[in-house]
Amino acid sequence: MRSGELIRRLVLVPPTLFGVAVIVFVLLRVVPGDPIAMMIPPGASEADIGRLRALYGLDQPILQQFATWLGQVASGDFGRSISVRQNVLELLLARLPATIELALLATMTAVVIGVVAALVGILLRGRRAEWVVDGGIGVLLAIPDFLWALILLLLFGVLIPLLPISGRIDPEIDLNLRSNFFLIESILTGHFDIAFALLHHMILPALALALPFAALVARLLKASLAESEDQDYAQIARARGYSRPNILLHEVFPNALIPTVALGGVQVTLLLGGTVLVERIFSYEGIGNMAIDAVINRDFPLIQGLVLTFAVLFIALNLLVDLMVTMLDPRLRHG
Amino acid sequence: MSYLSRRSLLQLVGGVAALPLASGLTGGVLAATPGTLTIAYNVNLPSFDPTVGLSAVNPTIQSIYQAVFDPYIGQAPDLSFKPGLLTKWGWNEDRSKITMDVRKGATWHDGSPVTPEDVVWSLTRAADPKGGNPIQFVWAKVGNYKIDGNTITGDVLEFEPTLFKWMAFLTGYILPKAYFEKVGAEGFEKAPIGSGPYRVDAFERNAFLRLKAHPGYWDGKPAFETVVFKFITDPTSRVAEMESGGSDLTFEIPYEEFDRLKAKPGLAGQTKPVSDIAMIFITDIDPMLDRNVRLAAHHAIDKKAIVDRLLKGYGVPISTLEAPGYAAFDPSIKVAYDPQFAKSLLAKSGYSPDKPVKFTIQTTRGFKPKDYEMIQAIVGMWRKVGIDANIEIYEIAKHFELRARHALAPAAFYNWGNAIGDPSTSTGFAMFGPSPHCAWKGKDLVERIGPLWGEKDEAKRIAGYKAVDKYIAEEGEVIPLFQYVQPIIHKKGLKVVSQSNGMILPQLVTPA
Repeated sequence: MRSGELIRRLVLVPPTLFGVAVIVFVLLRVVPGDPIAMMIPPGASEADIGRLRALYGLDQPILQQFATWLGQVASGDFGRSISVRQNVLELLLARLPATIELALLATMTAVVIGVVAALVGILLRGRRAEWVVDGGIGVLLAIPDFLWALILLLLFGVLIPLLPISGRIDPEIDLNLRSNFFLIESILTGHFDIAFALLHHMILPALALALPFAALVARLLKASLAESEDQDYAQIARARGYSRPNILLHEVFPNALIPTVALGGVQVTLLLGGTVLVERIFSYEGIGNMAIDAVINRDFPLIQGLVLTFAVLFIALNLLVDLMVTMLDPRLRHG
Repeated sequence: MSYLSRRSLLQLVGGVAALPLASGLTGGVLAATPGTLTIAYNVNLPSFDPTVGLSAVNPTIQSIYQAVFDPYIGQAPDLSFKPGLLTKWGWNEDRSKITMDVRKGATWHDGSPVTPEDVVWSLTRAADPKGGNPIQFVWAKVGNYKIDGNTITGDVLEFEPTLFKWMAFLTGYILPKAYFEKVGAEGFEKAPIGSGPYRVDAFERNAFLRLKAHPGYWDGKPAFETVVFKFITDPTSRVAEMESGGSDLTFEIPYEEFDRLKAKPGLAGQTKPVSDIAMIFITDIDPMLDRNVRLAAHHAIDKKAIVDRLLKGYGVPISTLEAPGYAAFDPSIKVAYDPQFAKSLLAKSGYSPDKPVKFTIQTTRGFKPKDYEMIQAIVGMWRKVGIDANIEIYEIAKHFELRARHALAPAAFYNWGNAIGDPSTSTGFAMFGPSPHCAWKGKDLVERIGPLWGEKDEAKRIAGYKAVDKYIAEEGEVIPLFQYVQPIIHKKGLKVVSQSNGMILPQLVTPA
């Protein structure tokens, strides 16, 4: 990506976020179910309901509500959660690191599994064993992440109870960390007991998110490797006497990586979306889990904040993927 | 601060690789910690202030609140009321004043004493229209409090017969005046203190709440030093938690799983009917304006069969909105299952199985156990007598909004909780036209229930509600189905006191 293209993409970020904000704001108020209806206690009169509505600013026209909220957001104030009764931005910043760490671990796991599966598959190309690898990849891809979550939960939580199935950390452990990036901070500061405990809790949800993604990486990479291996440069290298594994790793792999990163990178956004259900199933305290509660409670300010956060993450990820592809592909770098 | 070296990175990688193995060799990391009671809890705790906002009116969260905070008045497992931080309470002769005695010797979790000033401040804050207490309209009915020693008196601004009953339930908690004023609402959310049997030790939102026993609790230190509420909202995950040994107790799981788990070695199960009933709202629109249709719809339902077949027997069929144990429960009011009678009623209005009356019934799916399946069964029973009902599924949030707008379908499934067991909070609010919770807005009930709101003679008030319940049953203006039964699964070796209001109070769990 050239610098001009990068600037163009960055300039488009604010209008994109504005569009997302408008859509989510209007949709929330059009779709049936509002927080005050959930809050009305037995015996409340119309006046009591009106009082509650006014207290949360929901008695104003939608346009005015939107203008007020947008003004607040522009000054860094995402409002106050109706259900949690705390500053939305503070809540998001407290929980986002948990989701980012989980998504990172899941992505790393998926890349390792996917790359290994693709390399094994291509090495076995043309043999019967290749079917086994392809079949395995197919199974991983056919089962969605939330179903993997339930399978892993029953397998390693109940049948062979090796790993904890809820939370981000053991309730007995006292965390004295400065940031909310518990795993990263505990590793960097040498608190390996905490890091172990965190990883212990993250293995199953990360694996649930990673398996379908790993299958996708494996399938894309294997197809790219096969295509690249058939190219003239690979054939010539073979004719010159280089070994096949050598050619695959040093000549074919870097070229095959480009389409995999381009397509697979976009799939990371799907992985982020998958955290909503997976975090719920494993009671993991990320923003995905919080999003479900926010929707159940019709917590408008929190839902708006969450959607904007996801939008920012998706935009950032797409930019990152494009930058990575540019770095990997000299045609794009110099074109 | 130490930084990651190559050696430590290798240690970490090796350790991670060995995690599952180490867990297996040590018999599992999931074994319960001695002295700790771990509860796999079915909802998250959004907010710590038990008197404001959405959480304050969520009955499911009250167990946690009652572990940390004291209600003004306590409630026994059978729904009767008992001294809490108030040791005495009552009205004067003409119901123009209330008197309350505050317990001596109770302390907040920071060690400071609970004072009558705390009680008055809590009541005044609850009554403030700008304070955000959803039950404000109840608390605002008393004011001008005066303190004399440990006795508080207040002027009744508007008589509310259930005032003291509310003091045992939603938003009826005493908060620490001095501490709250010092830290403010935000500060209180971050570091709450109460006077309850447990103090907050650690809270990871949507993950767990760790409590430690309050050594100075006025009712004695609770049996478990540490209580952990793990917030596990998915029922499958809660079942897995119990099977893996990660938690000591859970509830609100499918009845099939309850039967399976209680048969396992090391686990025990207990059930208790709770103050939560399944019902079908009847909205006063066509074709429900026809009494024959309403009554036929009620008589055509075999509630016992639904309880036995769909809920595995865990339910108590009822005929009114008063369940056994409620103050106005009248066992003599019965609406029998009689499909022939239902047919004859419909025939009077010109309907038959060949020419059925048609309407929509709304229901949630998965909000309560077997809710959708239950409505499917009911629709099947209705079809046999001449009612052709179309099922519409909605979210519970939509139900609330439609109900508040009086826009529900002719029939709508719901569950109605009444933890204080008073008829005003069941028949009263569900059937009194001006109430936003009421689907039947007919004048007949407005005229009958209206005078009971301010009735000062308690016996007369309860008798009045019984008469209203009888009238409603005869007119078919609501279809009560059954009382829910709460399944609790716990490890053997624990004694759990089931509460009729459905609360799971850790202070009432002891080693057997």
